[in-house]
Amino acid sequence: MLRLLSLLALLATPALAQQEEIVLGLSQNAVSITATFEGSDILVFGAIRRESPQPLGDLGVIVTVAGPDVPTTVFRKERRFGIWVNVDDVVIQSAPSFYAVATSAPLTKILRASEDLTNRISIPLAVHQIGTNVLDSRSFARALMRIREENRLYQTLEGTVDVARDTLFNTSIAMPANLTEGSYVARIFLTRDGNVVDTYTTTIPVRKVGLERWLYNLSRENAVLYGLMSLAIAIAAGWLASAAFGLLRR
Amino acid sequence: MQIYLPIAEVSVNAFLLLGLGGIVGILSGMFGVGGGFLMTPLLFFIGIPPAVAVATEANQIVASSFSGVLAHLKRKTVDLRMGCVLLVGGLFGAALGVVVFNYLRSLGQVDLLVKLSYVVFLGIIGALMFVESLNAIRKSRKPGAKITRRKHNWIHNLPFKMKFRVSGLYISVIPPLIVGLLVGILAAIMGVGGGFIMVPAMIYLLGMPTKVVVGTSLFQIIFVTAFTTMLHATTNYTVDIVLAVLLLVGGVIGAQIGTRIGVKMKAEQLRILLAIMVLAVCFKLAFDLLVEPAELYSIGLGE
Repeated sequence: MLRLLSLLALLATPALAQQEEIVLGLSQNAVSITATFEGSDILVFGAIRRESPQPLGDLGVIVTVAGPDVPTTVFRKERRFGIWVNVDDVVIQSAPSFYAVATSAPLTKILRASEDLTNRISIPLAVHQIGTNVLDSRSFARALMRIREENRLYQTLEGTVDVARDTLFNTSIAMPANLTEGSYVARIFLTRDGNVVDTYTTTIPVRKVGLERWLYNLSRENAVLYGLMSLAIAIAAGWLASAAFGLLRR
Repeated sequence: MQIYLPIAEVSVNAFLLLGLGGIVGILSGMFGVGGGFLMTPLLFFIGIPPAVAVATEANQIVASSFSGVLAHLKRKTVDLRMGCVLLVGGLFGAALGVVVFNYLRSLGQVDLLVKLSYVVFLGIIGALMFVESLNAIRKSRKPGAKITRRKHNWIHNLPFKMKFRVSGLYISVIPPLIVGLLVGILAAIMGVGGGFIMVPAMIYLLGMPTKVVVGTSLFQIIFVTAFTTMLHATTNYTVDIVLAVLLLVGGVIGAQIGTRIGVKMKAEQLRILLAIMVLAVCFKLAFDLLVEPAELYSIGLGE
């Protein structure tokens, strides 16, 4: 059923895209994590190009940004022998490390449930649950979303996409400082009466640069040298402090 | 000022880390403990992933212990011979500890066992030290009180005796080897130097004079934590050098100040303060285990 729906969507999209098409711009096409990285705002802006007069139906614009998918384990605590212990765990096969949905109006108004299912737009659908046969796995997935939403790693930003004269749109997505490296996928959906009429996908690489990158690579590729370097710094700092205080006392 | 940590992959306030390092450094210099049993839980609280906190803390303890031991070497309050015997046990213990740690991790209960061992060890040692040093203070207040000589116990009947001149001891090498081994195991599992266990063990089990205990334990801790750092860096890639530098800049300065405060204080006062601190951490951890957490779920990466 799902496959059939996505197939239908694939067939339907090109025909409609002739009428309306997304033209996109990004404020930055890569995020560089430097030593003083404090998070980054990505400005997504674009226009809707039309060959013919505007078709009927309510216009909606949805922007999603997703971090790399990582398998994630969620633990649940229970009281055992008087203390709180992790008793159950569920593996969420694939959950984005970061996910933001920005929309031009409340999501349910501009997106049909079937379209959401096909394109996996809303947060609950973006967190896939494959192969979990534990009875209570839904509450584990909900807990994952709740915790990540509190940490601003999952964001639902309804009504934050500004659409001007049914043609120009822009929104800003705040990416927090605790980002995982990888390719972030930005998707833009254009909807008419809740049906997706055009989509646009682009990737935003998020990478450590400079010293951060050098140290990270060294720690993986030359672990012994990295370890010895850490120790050398520790010994040197310890000796320096001792010597400095010795001088101060004289 | 926010700093992004390359291995931990989180952004934290640099001054917060410097301050934490400084405070823990002062305590470390005063009591001859590495301070890991305070710092490691504190790092969890500010959002550093536990694996990174444990490994990086080992590296930081190397720095503060080295800085502390230099001050003790100048005053000749390090029993090098005893330190080496403890060290031999410690290195074996650390290697064993990493094996145990990895086994517990495969069971998925490493967090609980680490916390439980904190509660048990800190509780027992803190309570013993507190009672003992309280008695010692009471005795010293009474005028004309007799100084009780150390009694000979079973420890003095073991073979392989060795002379430890600085400590003024002539005992078997087996007890210090075992003490070193146990501390090494705990060091690797709990992400600490192990001073908070070794210091009381040296005083009460081995009967070493309090004056040389601090310097000698620092001496042993340097090598055991250096060994642990290398193990973590090469197997788990969890040593964050930027985090370590920030912590140790505060830490080494704090350790120097702490060592000087420690010299001015009486041994009993020093011990009772350490006992109170150990008990405080123990109660905090026990409280967290007993009270229902606000969020029952937690996220771990990987499968």
